[in-house]
Amino acid sequence: MIDSFIEGIPLHHILILAGILFSIGVAGVLTRRNAVLIFMSVELILNSVNLVFVSFSKVLGTVTGEVIVFFVMALAAAEAAVGLAIVIAIFRQKKTSNVDEINLLRG
Amino acid sequence: MLDLFYLVILLPLIGFLHNGLLIRKISNRVAGTIGTLAVFIPFLITLGAFFEFNPMVRQDPHLFKILSWIEVGSFKVDFAYQVDQLSLYMTLIITGIGSLIHLYSIGYMKKEEGFVRFFSYLNLFIFSMLNLVLADNLVLTFLGWEGVGLCSYLLIGFDYHKAEAASAGMKAFVVNRMGDFGFILGMAWIYWFTGTLRYTEIYAALPMLDEFQIYVNWIAFFFFVAAVGKSAQIPLYVWLPDAMAGPTPVSALIHAATMVTAGLFLIARLNIIYINAELTSSLIAWIGGITAFFAATIAIFQNDIKKVLAYSTVSQLGYMFMAMGVGAYVGGLFHVMTHAFFKALLFLGAGSVILGLHHQQDISKMGGVSKHMKITALTFLIGTIAISGLPPFSGFFSKDLILEKVFAQSQYGIYLWVIGAVTALMTSFYMFRLLFLVFFGKERYDSQNLDHGSHSSHGGHSVHESPLTMTLPLFILSVGAIFAGFVQTPFYAGGINLLDKYFAPIFQSGIQLKEHWALIIPSNYSAESFHLTHATELILVTISISLAIIGLTLAYVKFVKNSQFTSSEQTGFKKLITNKYYIDEFYDTIFVKSYIRMNKFIAHTLDAKGIDRFFMSLGLGFGIVSGLFRRVQTGFVGDYALYIVLGVIAILSFVLVRGV
Repeated sequence: MIDSFIEGIPLHHILILAGILFSIGVAGVLTRRNAVLIFMSVELILNSVNLVFVSFSKVLGTVTGEVIVFFVMALAAAEAAVGLAIVIAIFRQKKTSNVDEINLLRG
Repeated sequence: MLDLFYLVILLPLIGFLHNGLLIRKISNRVAGTIGTLAVFIPFLITLGAFFEFNPMVRQDPHLFKILSWIEVGSFKVDFAYQVDQLSLYMTLIITGIGSLIHLYSIGYMKKEEGFVRFFSYLNLFIFSMLNLVLADNLVLTFLGWEGVGLCSYLLIGFDYHKAEAASAGMKAFVVNRMGDFGFILGMAWIYWFTGTLRYTEIYAALPMLDEFQIYVNWIAFFFFVAAVGKSAQIPLYVWLPDAMAGPTPVSALIHAATMVTAGLFLIARLNIIYINAELTSSLIAWIGGITAFFAATIAIFQNDIKKVLAYSTVSQLGYMFMAMGVGAYVGGLFHVMTHAFFKALLFLGAGSVILGLHHQQDISKMGGVSKHMKITALTFLIGTIAISGLPPFSGFFSKDLILEKVFAQSQYGIYLWVIGAVTALMTSFYMFRLLFLVFFGKERYDSQNLDHGSHSSHGGHSVHESPLTMTLPLFILSVGAIFAGFVQTPFYAGGINLLDKYFAPIFQSGIQLKEHWALIIPSNYSAESFHLTHATELILVTISISLAIIGLTLAYVKFVKNSQFTSSEQTGFKKLITNKYYIDEFYDTIFVKSYIRMNKFIAHTLDAKGIDRFFMSLGLGFGIVSGLFRRVQTGFVGDYALYIVLGVIAILSFVLVRGV
């Protein structure tokens, strides 16, 4: 059922969707000031890439892409865990999660 | 006693450590006793060892090792010692004269500050000096060499609060260091040739090395540079007269009897090199002769009792070098011994006078002292006769042996002999001048005002004889100054040649090597000595005795008969000599001042305006450039993300344009 659903969609539609999702993610990372929202945007970027991977995997009939997607998911989970922990630690210190107020590294 | 010989070296060290570490805890009496015993017991042991060693019979040295020192691969240096005729001879002089001077110092230094410190330095000096003469390798000799230099520095600057003494110590140290440079170079060359620094191994290795013949003059020259520094010869003699700023026993021990003869010892120790280095030997002979003459002329016009003796020491050392240079090693070493006796005697006598007159050193303010200090006057007279070369005192025999050997040198001996003979005349003149001005004639000191300044505390305004601890060494040294000459006498005085026989084993291998080389390459440069006939010897000795008597008479006529001490206006040549030929000023201008000027240029111009400015601008440049780049670091996460995106876009567009 799902297979046939994806099979019905031409590849370039999926790629355009992935491109849109990626752009939204990048725009979110660049424009958002809240650390949590930036994280969500990063997840969006990662998932757009995942989408590209699985669709090519399907088209080419290999499992390589799907395997890599699992890696990306594991990595994303780890990144989220570490990243959110940092955000919480910073929030405890600075009482904010606004990244514009966290500029200790300014030259 | 040979088994106990390690105590000879260790006891002075123990004495130094005891007095040095407990400097605030012990009384003067304890420090003086321990300090003196730490030298006197080694003297007794050496005496015992001397007879056990049986130097007239035994040929090979007695070697023993106390401690390993350096061991790097095949390079080995130990605290190992070599007891042979030469080192026993030197050790007897050092410990014998040394213990007398220690005893004397107990009386002399009684009222001085830093009595304990003084004795610890003296012991350290004896320890270093014994290492110098007893070492069985060049490195340990060098340790002793530097050690005596250090002690000399410490003892010259003993009254360190006096600027004059402190700078005299520094001068002695720096001038000596210049000579030591030659020692290090010589050591390096010897190690390069032979692969060893032990004397016995050097003596065994050198005859096997034919290429050594080419360089032997250079090696001899390097060690001679070291000897020139330590033994105060031209051009490095300037430190010794200034060294008189130290206490008088120090002048007697270090700057007359022992340390300054280290250069002679070094030449004798390395005689295998010097016997075969004919060019350098000529240089040594000439430097010695010129120094003897030059220093004697200065001594004539000096008015400080110790300065006269200091220049006289330089002059006598010149005699010894002259002897070494013409190959009369026994003559040189003989004079080392007799000079140790009479010069120590003269210095200690001078010290006694200085103390008796409450620290007056200017002979123009003395005169008639013999009335109050009979013992000192008598012993000083003996010393004066001995140094002037009047028979049968010790100085006569040693000086005459040297002059005779110099005369017998076939190439330039006659010129050097004339220099030596004129110097002998001057020696007799300035020594009797000193004697007459100090002990005879009218009293020129102000007996009411003797106790000027700080010394008013120890009462007594009168001139007084010194205590027994000071007069006893004077007595013993007088006996030596009279009789020490009878170990080696010319044919008309018994023809005793004990020293010749005694030192024969030391010079044996050097002479053999010379004969060996003479066979291989017949040298066109040969400075052989010819044999003197008895008639010639008699003529020579008559001349030198008459010269000594002329000197005496001149001094008598000028300073006793006419009995006037004129410190009249000095002009022309006399002024030149009184000011010591302006050598000190010359060195000051040429070396010290130009060195300071160079350093000022480096500090103020080269460093401040050149190097500093360059690096300052370099740093400033980095600051400006990094100031531009630091603006990129905004600290906003968003900006960094933007840079990443821009970077990705740049890379992607590059790939797209270029094609994969």
